Amino acid sequence: MSSVSQNFMKFFRGSSGPEIAPEQSSQKQTRRSSGLGELSRSWESAQGLCVLDLGSTSPTNIRHFTERSHRIYSEDLLTASTDPELHTTDEQGNAILDSRKFLADNLVYPAAHFDVVLCWNLPDYLDESLVKPVVGRLWSVLKPGGMLLAFFHTREAGPDSPCHRFHIVGNDTLEMQKIVLRREARRGPTGAVHTALTDGFQLQRVFNNRHIETLFRDFASIKFFLARDSIREVLVVR
Amino acid sequence: MSAPASGLAQIGKSVVIKGELSGSEDLYLDGQVEGSIALKGNSLTVGPNGQVKASVEAKGVVVQGKLEGNIQASDRVELRKSAVVSGDITTQRISIEEGAFLKGKVEISRADTK
Repeated sequence: MSSVSQNFMKFFRGSSGPEIAPEQSSQKQTRRSSGLGELSRSWESAQGLCVLDLGSTSPTNIRHFTERSHRIYSEDLLTASTDPELHTTDEQGNAILDSRKFLADNLVYPAAHFDVVLCWNLPDYLDESLVKPVVGRLWSVLKPGGMLLAFFHTREAGPDSPCHRFHIVGNDTLEMQKIVLRREARRGPTGAVHTALTDGFQLQRVFNNRHIETLFRDFASIKFFLARDSIREVLVVR
Repeated sequence: MSAPASGLAQIGKSVVIKGELSGSEDLYLDGQVEGSIALKGNSLTVGPNGQVKASVEAKGVVVQGKLEGNIQASDRVELRKSAVVSGDITTQRISIEEGAFLKGKVEISRADTK
């Protein structure tokens, strides 16, 4: 019995039970999205689409797709990337995240499975060591002709740009909600309870157009939409 | 968090079960279960302390705790804000509270109407 208990605790400390649970600010902003608009037009007459949402679990997004009889997969990769067991070092001794372990535990799907992938702002906030491997995996799980939507900050956005969740509230309309991380309370070996309130995810880099094109070079086509709020929307087709 | 109603079959938070659970009544589960849970025609509630690593088949499923496994509900699935679910969900209706964590698929399967 005790070994079963130990296995349970080990299981729920793993990547399927995130150590850091995102809390949502109550403030939501509405935003028009040209990229989403183009995506919506493409799936208007489609049936039984298979969609992958890589943002925080969004009841709104799940409802949006299931009401239209599509299947939706939810996988919060940013939260998954905070798993302490991913920490390792490279050959030079620099701290990095283990991309192989990350992809062993996340984005595990059959090849050519998805019609649509909603990346949102993932590449801007994901650790450097994970960005290219994740994009490579997304290419393989997208169907030929499948589409991926991603948002990238421009230089004008500034280094302190908060990380947002995105909720689909219309064919070309999103609600943005700032993410604030709160560490879950954990009891240490002495019995003391540890909690810490930390800020949301930090912007890791600003991609220019050339960087974005290089990142998605294996895709068949790429389309840019420049918005007024210092965000570039990118729609790529496998 | 909603407390279990009286008269409901219950698994308390100190109970650990490994194996196949089946029954013909509603079940409130606040302990640890590994295996499979089959409650066709009845409802399963995973309480806030519940830790389930099992496939679940029931009429309705409410999750307040942690569940790893696929859920097949002939009527409805509810994920409360403290829910942490890893697995695929197939059901007729679904309700997800803000704050719930889901890693997996949601597929709505409508019952045939005559």
